[in-house]
Order: sequence, then structure tokens, then C-alpha cells
Amino acid sequence: MMGMDNRRPIKYHSAFDIIGPVMVGPSSSHTAGALRVALVARKLLGQNPTEVIFELMGSFAETYRGHGTDRALTAGILGIPADDLRLPDALDIAEISGLSISFTKSPGTLYHPNTVRISVRGKSEQIEVVGSSLGGGKIEIVEVDAFPVRLSGDRSALVLWHRDQPGFLATVLTAVANEGINVGRLSLERVSKGGIALVAIEIDGSYSVGLLDSLAPIRESVIKSRLIMPV
Amino acid sequence: MFFTQLKELVELARAHTQKISDVMLALEIEEQATDEVTIRRHMGEQFVVMEAAVRRGISQVLPSRGGLIGGDANRLWRYVQANPRQSMLGPVASAAMANAMAVSEVNAHMGRIVATPTAGAAGILPGVLVALLDTNQFTRSAVEASLLTAAAIGLVIANSSSISGAAGGCQAEVGSATAMTAAAVVELYGGSPQEAVDAVGLALTNSLGLVCDPVAGLVEVPCIYRNGLHAVTALAAAECAVAGIRNVIPADEVVGAMYDIGNSLPESLRETGLGGLAATPTGRRLRRQILGGA
Repeated sequence: MMGMDNRRPIKYHSAFDIIGPVMVGPSSSHTAGALRVALVARKLLGQNPTEVIFELMGSFAETYRGHGTDRALTAGILGIPADDLRLPDALDIAEISGLSISFTKSPGTLYHPNTVRISVRGKSEQIEVVGSSLGGGKIEIVEVDAFPVRLSGDRSALVLWHRDQPGFLATVLTAVANEGINVGRLSLERVSKGGIALVAIEIDGSYSVGLLDSLAPIRESVIKSRLIMPV
Repeated sequence: MFFTQLKELVELARAHTQKISDVMLALEIEEQATDEVTIRRHMGEQFVVMEAAVRRGISQVLPSRGGLIGGDANRLWRYVQANPRQSMLGPVASAAMANAMAVSEVNAHMGRIVATPTAGAAGILPGVLVALLDTNQFTRSAVEASLLTAAAIGLVIANSSSISGAAGGCQAEVGSATAMTAAAVVELYGGSPQEAVDAVGLALTNSLGLVCDPVAGLVEVPCIYRNGLHAVTALAAAECAVAGIRNVIPADEVVGAMYDIGNSLPESLRETGLGGLAATPTGRRLRRQILGGA
């Protein structure tokens, strides 16, 4: 009875995960959840997207048109929220704003059946994000630039691309602790010892911009940083 | 004090001589570092959107994006209004059914709804609660509080099983919504936390095995019918529980069975639009008609 196991991490925390979100239909997983994955990708890119490829996996690949997943993903990458009535017109809005969009399908996925890989490019940045829509609008970002991560989009998050070096994480966590912030989730992965690494930290409550300043001692090692708000 | 089982939820409520909605409120205050007024106001706002979707879908004929549905909620409502004595279900259950279909139609029209717990199953909870509000037997604040009860049940199911049709089939969406609604109704009618959980067990028992087989992959058919008919199931389960019927299999074990059944379902019956009703001759024809291809 795996269903009875009460020791695994809890994914749904709030009454409003269940009575919510307020959203434009028709599907919480294929519309609202998909949109939120794309919103996170936009925030991680950190600039206006100019070109995006959505690779749809599993159930997403089979039913994306019927559920408006294409419109929802496009709305998310454009920064349109899930309860915004412009959502159905997102493809037209993208065309007018000169955003190039393409959709590809791959039948299999290692992740939840509703998963999308978003490869998005802006003027000077590019990023690849893989995210799953878990149901009821709940999401999990599972890869950023091929590094495994776990981000829910429900909480603020600090994401750092950096060079692997001793003490890096300790400095980051000290800075977070000095701001009085509690860490909810953390993932760290590296290409190789001393190579490029990515740390993703979900934090409770909000953060101040001073947080990035307090990372000064390790600035040399940071390649890129993003502080994102909940979506 | 996070609860992960329905049994714990009943124990917590009993220990503090509270309702399930009070336990949910206490958890929300603790987990989200917020206060009661904020939570109740937010829940009230959710109910405003839920009610608006019901009223809109009942009074307007809204064609769905895919073109398979539209106008059924209004049709049912007009029939019952015109022939009250002909209503086989009685006014509350038939209103709940029409209301639930109304929200499904707004959803398929790409209108604004509240996912409860998902968009595909978003009709059941508002459908039933607006029907009960319209009886004038319950205050709006009592109805809003019952949303917290529904949320508590949904949280347990979502965390220990699934609320995703792609992962667990329709039982995970419509089944969960029916169970949540049944518990909310029991609380409104003054039933105990144990009776609310019994209603959950009964409602879920009646939904086990329900597959997710949307025609042409759209949240239209059979979603609208399942929302409408399961609104009635939710009321039925609540009535059984308040009458003192205990589901023989404890509700937590029914949730566990739902999880196991979901894992046993082939992919074709988990929201891919490839099996079940979607694979019938008519289902295939409609798919070709709407999406093209073979």
C-alpha cells in the first residue's frame, strides 16, 4: 500500500492548492499547470523571450491541442498569468509581439506523464527548463539546463549557476540564514569536480534584494544568478 | 500537525472538539504563516468565482472550444423549472447536477473557474454548494467554511494518492471532487468529522476505477456528464453517512486502493484520449473531425 505511506515529502501544502487556482479552463494540468511551468522558465531566462521550442512529452504530447496547452505554454512564456482572460489569444499575442514558437512531441518521458521541455532564447540569454504538471495546477521543475532540480513555483527561489568550489554552498546558506530566511528545498548538482554546478534553493517567505549582495565573497564563482518570485 | 491520513484528520478534530474545517484552518495558519481573517477572505473570494461560474453556465449557452458540448446545463435547469413535479431527483439534487454541468461548460468555453481540485472536476463542489446555498438553509459563511473541509479531504487524497487524471485516471479527479464535496455537505448538515470521512469513503468507493478517456483529448465529453452525475453522488454519499452508514473499508484504505488502481490503469485510460469512450467509433470520428488526422 504505497498510497498509505505518510513519510514521503508532501507536495500539496495549502487549502488553496486544492480549492484553486482560479484559472481559465479547460484543464488544471494541461492549461494552468503548463502555463506555470512556462512562467518559471520565463523568470529563469530573466529577459523577454524571442524564440521558444516546447517539446511535449507523455499525455501532453497526445492531447495538447485539445486542452489549449499550446496557448497556455505560450501565455506563460509571455508572462500572462493563469487566470488572465487573454490566455485563449496567447498564440495571436505571440505573433504580434514577434515571438517565434514551435512545438515538438516526444512520446516518452522519465518524469510525470505531463511534462514539457522548454528551450527558450532571449536577446542575450538562453535556458532549457523541464517541468511537470502534477495535477490541480501544481507543478515541479525537474531540470534547469540539464541539471536536476526540484522547484515548485509556489515559493521564492534562488538559482545559481556557478563553478564548483569548496565552501560555496556554505557561503550561500550563511547569506540566506543571515537574512532570517528558512530553506524549504535545496538541490545541487555539478558537471564534474571543479566544473560548472547549479544550486536551486526554495525559500519560505520573501527575500530582499540584499540577498544577492551578501553573496559578494563568492561572486567570482557565480556565473549567473536568478531570484524568482512564486508564480 | 500536518495530517496525511483521514483517520488523523478525524482524531485531530475530535481532540479539539472541532470540525474538519477548523482543523484545516489551523493547519493553513501554521503552514502558510497567515491568519484566520486572511484565509476566510481568500476562501470567500474563491467562492465568488465558483458561484459566478455556476450562474454564468446556467443562464447562458456557452459553446465549448472543441464544439462537443454547450447548453446542457441551461437545458436541464429550464426543464426542472418548467416541470418541478417531473423532477425525479428533487429540487436540490437536480439543481446541483445542472450547476455542476454549468461550471464544466464555462471551463470548456475557456472561461474562468476555480480548480476544485482540478479544472476537469471543477463542477462538482461549486455545483452542490451553490444548490445548497440557494435553499436558504445555510449562511454564505457556513458554505465558505465547508470549502475548508473539502480542502482538507483533497489535501489528504492529493498527497497520499493523486488528483491528476494523467496519473490516476478520472477517479483521481472526479472521484476526489465527489469525496471532497460529500464531506463538505456532511459538515453543513451538522454531521460529525467521522461521518464526513465515512462520506468520503462511500463517495470514493463509488468512483473507483473511473478512467480518464476524454473524446478528442478535450475536457468536454465525458467530463461534463461525470461532473453532473457525480454532484448527485456526492449528495447521496453525504446522506448515507449522516444516516449512520459506515463504509466497511476505512476511507484511508479506499484512498490507497484508488492509488493502486490508478497505477494499474493502462496509459490509454489516463488522459491520453486514446482509450475508452475516446476509442469508440463515434469518439474516433469526432477526433478526426476536430483535430484532423487518422
